[in-house]
Amino acid sequence: MALLEVKDLKVRVEEREILHGLSLTVNEGEVHAIMGPNGSGKSTLSHVIAGKPGYEVTDGQILFKGEDLLEMDPEERAAKGVFLAFQYPVEIPGVATMTFLRTALNAQRKARGESEYSTPDFLKKVREVSKSLNIPQDMLKRGVNVGFSGGEKKRNEVLQMALFEPALCILDEMDSGLDIDALRIAADGVNALRTPKRAMVVITHYQRLLNYIIPDFVHVMSRGRVVKSGDKQLALELEESGYAQFEEAA
Amino acid sequence: MPAVQETVERVKRIDVDQYRYGFETLIDSEKAPKGLSEEIVKFISQKKNDPAWMLQWRLEAYRRWLTMTEPTWARVEYPKIDFQDIYYYAAPKPKKAVSSLDEIDPEILKTYEKLGIPLREVAMLEGIEPKVGEEDPARRKIAVDAVFDSVSVATTFKAELKKAGVIFMPISEAIREHPELVQKYLGSVVPTSDNFYATLNSAVFSDGSFVYVPPGVRCPMELSTYFRINERNTGQFERTLIIADKGSYVSYLEGCTAPQRDENQLHAAVVELVALDDAEIKYSTVQNWYPGNSEGKGGIYNFVTKRGDCRGAHSKISWTQVETGSAITWKYPSCILRGDNSRGEFYSIAISNGFQQVDSGTKMIHLGKNTSSRIISKGIAAGKSQNTYRGLVTAHRKATGARNFTACDSLLIGDKCGAHTVPYIEAKNSSATFEHEATTSKISEDVLFYCIQRGLSQEEAVGLVVNGFVKDVLQQLPMEFAVEAQKLISISLEGSVG
Repeated sequence: MALLEVKDLKVRVEEREILHGLSLTVNEGEVHAIMGPNGSGKSTLSHVIAGKPGYEVTDGQILFKGEDLLEMDPEERAAKGVFLAFQYPVEIPGVATMTFLRTALNAQRKARGESEYSTPDFLKKVREVSKSLNIPQDMLKRGVNVGFSGGEKKRNEVLQMALFEPALCILDEMDSGLDIDALRIAADGVNALRTPKRAMVVITHYQRLLNYIIPDFVHVMSRGRVVKSGDKQLALELEESGYAQFEEAA
Repeated sequence: MPAVQETVERVKRIDVDQYRYGFETLIDSEKAPKGLSEEIVKFISQKKNDPAWMLQWRLEAYRRWLTMTEPTWARVEYPKIDFQDIYYYAAPKPKKAVSSLDEIDPEILKTYEKLGIPLREVAMLEGIEPKVGEEDPARRKIAVDAVFDSVSVATTFKAELKKAGVIFMPISEAIREHPELVQKYLGSVVPTSDNFYATLNSAVFSDGSFVYVPPGVRCPMELSTYFRINERNTGQFERTLIIADKGSYVSYLEGCTAPQRDENQLHAAVVELVALDDAEIKYSTVQNWYPGNSEGKGGIYNFVTKRGDCRGAHSKISWTQVETGSAITWKYPSCILRGDNSRGEFYSIAISNGFQQVDSGTKMIHLGKNTSSRIISKGIAAGKSQNTYRGLVTAHRKATGARNFTACDSLLIGDKCGAHTVPYIEAKNSSATFEHEATTSKISEDVLFYCIQRGLSQEEAVGLVVNGFVKDVLQQLPMEFAVEAQKLISISLEGSVG
């Protein structure tokens, strides 16, 4: 059974159809890159999988571990192991990152019927994880993403990914707003989280991120559909020839 | 369990229409006839065993009140109040002097137990983790004065306070036992002619708390008053007077609840604080009067005058308030910075939901030299409520070196509520430095979705964001109040989204 199966998905925002029958299958341990020009529907796909309000699914299906994902509340999807690394992580003033992490992790564990972490156990875990990702302790004491640089925000996303141990990670334009050094650090963090069980969907406009996170499959989206799929070579071809050829094909 | 989650647990159990403190206590009570006249003022005065000077004081206030009109400048709307349709005095029966808790009607004790107010001495506070380096709060004591409708029913820890020289008793007793102190200070901060509601209060106040801390004494425990309106159609007019003599310190907490009623009830209190040289008063309020139901019916009209006078040099008065209840709030705890180098502080969280209307803020009146003040106000509006911050900062001609910092932040939840900021700033000398910062923001869908994507429910997400927003002010509250206030905030916002 595939981990994630998107079948013939059609999605509207207000009156406009954005996805016109998109299909995608992701198995455990695979890394899929989704590329495409602006407005092709890449971010819409990530939002619909995560359950962001404002999107209307008019047709099609999304199965996650064989279950109907569209029937679940977004927090339920999170507890089942769907993680979205945001393109623009939000700031939450006055809420310490540590508090946020503990509240979220325990909410997920509770939803799964697991015991909640005690404060000392949680602290131990978060220290281990942040150390392995080279994240300084003082970042955990600051308000969630408040005054963080672009690179720090993305590292905070990676930290959450490491802590929540999701089965599926969707990285939405992870490279946006990062210089090359910050990109490398964030990508190293993601690579450290690759396991034979965990799948990743990497959404990006540019090929350069894929030099650091090497995908197993590359899909090209245009005008709300996947128009071509291949291996990592496809990304390099795109870098050469651009998206124009696919705009016409769509 | 983290506090946020705990609050959410509670929220789930409480519907917006199920005000947790909305029960009624069935006890016999003795009421004065409805309405207000010189006879009623005399009746109340007699019930309180007032000395002659007190009756005179009340009558003067009453006559003055007859010439006054209700203020209309606040951004609140309500039908005209019929002041002849209110009971001005209600006391639990049998009314006799109570010298120990055993003589209090067990029904009233039960009420306070339900409310979680520790009237039994040795108040054990449960479930609060002590901060490192602080004494165990479970061993901290709080002296409580409980006011039920119009009458003070019990003051705990009297003996222990007496040993320290601190006077903490119902004001009706203080009028008889310490007339020299009461006569010297009563009305010296909020004069009987001050404003419509304060003048009304001066005529008919029936009880409240009196505190005197002698020179150089640090009050050995937190003092607390708990107000409860129980009777139908009654007004509650309590009067609180706190005097911190030279070099003394006192921290005072105030909490309030009322049963759910369809009709509106009037609460018009006056609080006066006097801090002499080098003295400090910290006054904290958690106000949770019944806010009315989800259609805006019923609820308390909270028209309160609170003012502190930093009368001595280097004195300090600090107001902290968490306002979540009442249908209408009209309240401006203020500081008169008379003494040189004195300091005033105002920390406020005002939350409105449903049809609540809040018009609240502060006045910092700089009269002495090198006086400073600080205002941190956090307004949160949800539902169909209106939430206004109204503040005055003024420096007198002689108040050289006056400094003020004001930060007013408003948070909107939903799109049917309103937040307003009305600051008045007057500097009559050129050496004053006033800073004012204001922000208004909305809890964005993006922030909520971010939290929900990480596994929080909608309510948990709102609770988390709001608790972050008010954090600076919550930190000012005594710890046991901060925990309670944090819970109250989430409960007040129940039903505000979705």
